[in-house]
Amino acid sequence: MPSVILLEGEIHMHLETKLVQAGVAKDERTGAISFPVYNATAYRHPALGQSTGYDYTRTANPTRTVLEQTIAEAEGGDAGFACASGMAAIHTVMGLFSQGDHLVVSLDLYGGTYRLFEQVLSRYGLRFSYVDLRDVKNLEEAIRPETRAVFVETPTNPLMQITDIAAVAEVAKRNGLLTIVDNTFMTPYCQRPLELGADLVLHSATKYLGGHNDVLAGLIVTKGEELSEKIRFLHNSIGAVLGPQDCWLLLRGMKTLALRMERHQANALAIVKTLREHPAVTDVYYPGLPEHPGYEVQCRQASGFSGMVSFRLRSAEQVAPFLESLRIISFAESLGGVESLCTYPATQTHADIPQEIREYVGVCDRLLRLSVGIEHPDDLIADVCQALDASLSLTGGSVR
Amino acid sequence: MKFATKLLHGTSCIDPVTGAASVPIYQASTFHQADLDRPVVYDYARSGNPTRHALEEAIAVLEGGERGFAFASGMAAISSVFMLFSAGDHVVVAEDVYGGTYRFLTNVLSRMGIAVSFVDTTSLEQVEAAIRPETKGIYLETPSNPTLKVTDIAAVCALAKQRGLLVIVDNTFMTPYYQRPLELGADVVIHSATKFIGGHSDVVAGLAVTKEAALGEQLYMIQNGMGAILGVQDSWLVLRGLKSLKARLDVSTQTAEKLAHWLSTHPAVSRVYYTGLPEHDGHDLQNRQASGHGAVLSFDVGSRERAKALFDRVKLPIVAVSLGAVETILSYPAMMSHAAMPPAERKRRGITDGLIRLSAGLEDAVDLLQDLEQALDALGPAEQAADDKQAFSWA
Repeated sequence: MPSVILLEGEIHMHLETKLVQAGVAKDERTGAISFPVYNATAYRHPALGQSTGYDYTRTANPTRTVLEQTIAEAEGGDAGFACASGMAAIHTVMGLFSQGDHLVVSLDLYGGTYRLFEQVLSRYGLRFSYVDLRDVKNLEEAIRPETRAVFVETPTNPLMQITDIAAVAEVAKRNGLLTIVDNTFMTPYCQRPLELGADLVLHSATKYLGGHNDVLAGLIVTKGEELSEKIRFLHNSIGAVLGPQDCWLLLRGMKTLALRMERHQANALAIVKTLREHPAVTDVYYPGLPEHPGYEVQCRQASGFSGMVSFRLRSAEQVAPFLESLRIISFAESLGGVESLCTYPATQTHADIPQEIREYVGVCDRLLRLSVGIEHPDDLIADVCQALDASLSLTGGSVR
Repeated sequence: MKFATKLLHGTSCIDPVTGAASVPIYQASTFHQADLDRPVVYDYARSGNPTRHALEEAIAVLEGGERGFAFASGMAAISSVFMLFSAGDHVVVAEDVYGGTYRFLTNVLSRMGIAVSFVDTTSLEQVEAAIRPETKGIYLETPSNPTLKVTDIAAVCALAKQRGLLVIVDNTFMTPYYQRPLELGADVVIHSATKFIGGHSDVVAGLAVTKEAALGEQLYMIQNGMGAILGVQDSWLVLRGLKSLKARLDVSTQTAEKLAHWLSTHPAVSRVYYTGLPEHDGHDLQNRQASGHGAVLSFDVGSRERAKALFDRVKLPIVAVSLGAVETILSYPAMMSHAAMPPAERKRRGITDGLIRLSAGLEDAVDLLQDLEQALDALGPAEQAADDKQAFSWA
């Protein structure tokens, strides 16, 4: 396969170093530090039956190869695959399954994943059970003879529930199931599910990996030759691949992942403190709080808490004035970028989940999700405080 | 507005804020929403992006459809459009579809409970005979890849309408410049925009256009739900390529016509496939339903060894997978575009070991002809092609 090779073998590198060194000086002709963007769709064959390793860009592209090798190394997997979006990555992976197959899925789940499963893939005879994977017993009870995989989000979106990946993977292994983990919220900087026993990791790389709210992308990392080959086949056949310019942007973003994640987390901790002390807020969800029910598992399986925070306002009437009062933080869908964003899951990310299910899970109309950016923490705290104050005064609420 | 003008002025391509003549590249993945109660046009770039939207509008206008969609590749467009069907449905598919489409249908979609029958769609009787109670659609490529068989789009659409079936046409080889299937009754048009629409071998992309709003809504749900969308940089490159589509195709088609006529007189060539040749079975039909014959032709040199010798000798064309570029591309379907098809299936479709596909570019036709001439002259006459000729006699 492709001839672009990352630094390997003798040199031990930490993740930070691997990410920064991705593609560096790998362009043999020029030694360019930043790997070039190969826009070519087709590659001249040296002769009939011979190939440079690149034939057609959907199948393999040199810029994409550098990205795919980088994420595979970062996650500790065997092969990486770059897709047109996070949803494209998920639907490519779902191509592993056939009519009649059943999957067990995290109950609290990104709305787009739920929509893909229920509105598209269910029409092809795939079946999904949504269970609370915080308790691994729920997984065991949901397994049927036709179950093929368990699909885990941890922390979940948006309620930050923590699932014990190793425990789930152990049950899955015992029952012959694949363990698939959406690692978007944590990134390999904080959590490497393949090292905990998972078979396949997914990313919406639009989020922390890209990190700049400027590129849509999805990534898949597989463990094992057989699974890697199956995904390679699906990736090429379905064709939802990532373009070379976007691959390059993503690689560029990933070089600063470690720096950004540290700052996201530090800022998140500062904002969590403010939120908890403010009378307009009733609940705060952040896995970095010692009283968070998943704190212990999170500390065991991850090396950080990331920058995602959800919280509930006292009343749904506060939501609109709060969002309108924000001056620095943008009200927008998405997360994981350097700019802070605030999302209203009930009408945005989770709008496609039926209301009764949404509320049962806890994604009620008082819930807001903050993706804490890398601005100065004092500015973010001031912005959140003034918007919370405004939400109270505008709705006639009083400070307790 | 004539087609050449429509390419440049068919949609609002001037940036309303700055007046920029080229649509800006909106690299933003997300968009600020000023007011919770006032819905915005763009909220998240998978759901909609202004640069991608400009391309989607342009292709819809050019194909005469209601709504356009841009996908990560031609295969992403095809796999997304097939998601319009559900488990238990059956689709009648042109038998010599692109190898990648064949692979997707037989290896991926089949596991999702969607059955397909491959038939020779140039025969309306065969199409009709393949329709079952659970049939929901007909999928056409015309002219087909690589033997350029021509299917009567209007006739198939009339039959489909009677039976309540969707007709999907892969219009990659023709582009809307030469052929507009929606005007002939089709419901969905698909493109590998990597080919003539992009035109520069520098962007992988897919497009789809729907004729009616309800179907457009369904496909939008799938595009957004599955997320196999085209990135913004790539959307801009396709838009840029699109502007010169007519100018490029005019030249490439002229060259292809010259080469086809010349090749059919060359003793080293046993057979030439090009709809522009009067002896081609689909010549008249092509003249009726399309306004040109396009830039792709195939020819048979008799054997794998002879094909290999030709590839070794040519100097100008790129030997590569793909087609529809400014550069002339020679490909070897048996090992490239149709490698995903089992040998027996290939043989049945006339994709022999001596078959070579040529996509004419913008080089001077004389230079190309001289280059092919020196390579073909060295092969000697095509004697051993007799077997293959027999195999095609049904065609």
